[in-house]
Amino acid sequence: MDRIPILRMGRFLLVSIQVDMHDRLALTLQDDLTARITETGARGVLIDISSLELVDSFIGRVIGTIASMARVLDAETVVVGMRPAVAITLVELGLALPGVRTALNVERGMKLLEAATGGKPEPEGTGDAGSEE
Amino acid sequence: MPVLKSNTLPIRSDADIVQVRQAVRNLAVELNFGLVDQTKVVTAASELARNTLDHGGGGSVLLETLQEGDRKGLCLTFEDTGPGIRDVEQAMRDGYTTGKGMGLGLGGAKRLTHEFFIHSEVGVGTKVTIIRWK
Repeated sequence: MDRIPILRMGRFLLVSIQVDMHDRLALTLQDDLTARITETGARGVLIDISSLELVDSFIGRVIGTIASMARVLDAETVVVGMRPAVAITLVELGLALPGVRTALNVERGMKLLEAATGGKPEPEGTGDAGSEE
Repeated sequence: MPVLKSNTLPIRSDADIVQVRQAVRNLAVELNFGLVDQTKVVTAASELARNTLDHGGGGSVLLETLQEGDRKGLCLTFEDTGPGIRDVEQAMRDGYTTGKGMGLGLGGAKRLTHEFFIHSEVGVGTKVTIIRWK
C-alpha cells in the first residue's frame, strides 16, 4: 500500500492506519491530510491507530506534526484507539505526544471532535449562514 | 553466552526498517515475551534501525537469541560504517538531534531495554547492541 485512505464524514476527516507504516508512507499521510483539510474545509481529523502495534519517535513526530498543521488550518485532531502496550512504550521512550488530543475509541473521539468544533459531523449548509441544529 | 539462533538483516531503506521490526517481533513472540515487552523491544529496534539508516548511511542488524542459565533474551546489534558519533554522551541525551527525529532514539532505546552498549569511532562507524531478557 502506498497511501493511507482518508475518508470524509461531513465536517470531519477519518483515517484508520492499518499497516505497519514505513517512514515515507507516514510522511505521505501527513501531506495528504493537510491537503484534504484545505480542500474540504474540514473542522476535525480523527486518526484511528488501534491496529498499530508500535508508535516510535518518528511516527509520534508525524502525528504531532499532523495535529499542529491541522490546528493552523483551523481543524482539531484526535488520535483514538492506542493500544495499552503502545502507550506504555511511548511514555518510556520519552514521547508524550504533546498537543495531541487522544480518546480511547472512535466513539469518544467523535464526541470530543463534536464538542471541540461545536456540532455534529453533518456538512455545513449550502449557504454560510450555519443553520446547524 | 550461548547463542541459540542468529540472523543478519540489511538496513538500506525505510522498507528495511519495517522488515527489522517484523523480524524482531517474530523472535520476541518465539521467546514468549509478553505484549508490552514485545512492543518495547520492537520500538527500540525501530529507533536504532532508523539511526543506522539516517545517521550511519545504512548498515545491518544482527539478531540473536541468547540463553544464559535459565533465562532467554533477544540481542540486537546494529552496525554501520558511517561518519561515527563524536560525542556519544551528548548523542545519548534526550532532545539531542542532528536528523529529522525528536532526538529520542538512543536514550529511548536504552530505556526500553535491559542492556545497552555503544561503540562509535569518527570516520569508522557505530555499533549499538541492546539486550532485552525475558
